[in-house]
Amino acid sequence: MSLRTSPVHDLAMRRAELAPERAFQAVGILAIVLPLLLLLWLFGGALVDAWPRLGWDFLTGFPSRKAEIAGILPALAGSAWLMALTSLIAIPLGLGAALYLEEYARPGRLTALIELNIGTLAGVPSILYGLLGLEIFVRVIGMGRSVLAGACTLALLLLPMVIIASREALRTVPHSLREASFALGADRWQTLQRVVLPMCLPGVLTGVILSLARAIGETAPLITIGALTYVAFLPDSVHSAFTALPIQIFNWTSRPQAAFHVNAAAGIVVLIALMLLLNGVAIWLRARLQRRVYW
Amino acid sequence: MAAHDLHAWFGANEALKGITLAFPETRVTAIIGPSGCGKSTFVRCLNRMHEVVPGARVAGRVALDGQDIYAPGVNPVRVRRRVGMVFQKPNPFPTMSIRENVLAGLRLSGEPVPDPAGTVEKALRQAALWDEVRDVLKRTGSSLSGGQQQRLCIARALALEPEVLLMDEPCSALDPIATARIEELIHELRERYTIAIVTHNMQQAARVADFTAFFYQGELVEVDRTDVLFTHPNNRKTEDYITGRFG
Repeated sequence: MSLRTSPVHDLAMRRAELAPERAFQAVGILAIVLPLLLLLWLFGGALVDAWPRLGWDFLTGFPSRKAEIAGILPALAGSAWLMALTSLIAIPLGLGAALYLEEYARPGRLTALIELNIGTLAGVPSILYGLLGLEIFVRVIGMGRSVLAGACTLALLLLPMVIIASREALRTVPHSLREASFALGADRWQTLQRVVLPMCLPGVLTGVILSLARAIGETAPLITIGALTYVAFLPDSVHSAFTALPIQIFNWTSRPQAAFHVNAAAGIVVLIALMLLLNGVAIWLRARLQRRVYW
Repeated sequence: MAAHDLHAWFGANEALKGITLAFPETRVTAIIGPSGCGKSTFVRCLNRMHEVVPGARVAGRVALDGQDIYAPGVNPVRVRRRVGMVFQKPNPFPTMSIRENVLAGLRLSGEPVPDPAGTVEKALRQAALWDEVRDVLKRTGSSLSGGQQQRLCIARALALEPEVLLMDEPCSALDPIATARIEELIHELRERYTIAIVTHNMQQAARVADFTAFFYQGELVEVDRTDVLFTHPNNRKTEDYITGRFG
């Protein structure tokens, strides 16, 4: 910078200086807009295709050989059973593991090994969980191709994510509050129960719901453990055979008749609506629970 | 309460090198000394909070009513209910209301509280906070000002009806007005409680304490009546510290 030789008006921005900035901005905007447009196009296409079939009949109907009257109820019910059972299994186990790792485990080789494994497991392709579930839950334990076996498999798939989200949430609780609780004569468990858990609950729930939103779209592990593709009944117990939304959609897309493709599109719209609903609930819960907590 | 030959470590680092100090009943004892001299560690040993830190260790005796709180078989949780503690930064529980904060210590143990409303009022009155919060007991504790939060934390400790109250620099995060209120409160509390207060502020020690102990590098240099210690210290180090020559 040779200030001495440059007159004042030279401070003005030059076109050439602006160029890289502008270019980067343009790339950034493109990177946001393009995927959004693509998504919108996909979803819009599905919505247009699905329009003639979307309605109460479709939601409450059973599958059929005739595409016009085929509905999605068993798949919807199957997915609901799966989500409920999966959360029942994954939340206590995941939160328990997170509590152990954050609050009780002494740092050391074993803990480091466990942490490494959880990180790795979060990235394992879901079909491998399907194969594991097929061997352990369906065959060895003998749950058969039941909704319980499906939920156990999905719970395994979600566990690493639930553990990681719960640990993050536990870490946000300041140490000073734990000390305050100890100093009042609370033991570790009472401190967790009364002070730490209520504070980190929004974080834990958000993590759980977001991973559930992912699980609801999982197809591969369910097909692997043998969820049925044609189900004309609703699951009535955890031992019931079942189908799920993505499987029903997959089944319809593989039919040759064009009318079934319309059903598939309608199924996709229902699935996306459910995922959006779950995400919405997560956001709402977090906002609501966080309002109760002030730091 | 009295400590006898108390040692404390953080890992291999010896933070307290054999402290013997008695706290006269219903009197205020101030502990002063430069940063890192072990004064906070010392009070944290008096209710077995030191050992909560990973790698921390204690040796020696602390007698509470003649019973050693470090004797084998003593439950630290029971010790902490009889020796209350107030921390440097006000730390009310953010998920609890003012009322629930006061009852927290009693409820944490899971035992039923016979007269919750009375307990809350009594503790808040003792902490000189009742008149300010009586109409907003359901509001969250963190909605209060810093000084009120600290008095809420004192009320929370008093609700357990401890014998001893340990205060670890209770005013260092507060403004002068809030500090004055806490000091007034300490004056009132000394009628019922044995109080140990750690402070960086020598004027504060002079204002609130009956006795003052001077710590330096993990050792107790001198302890005496506050007026004596500040006017005629026996030890050269004490004199240098209180006259501001170091620390």
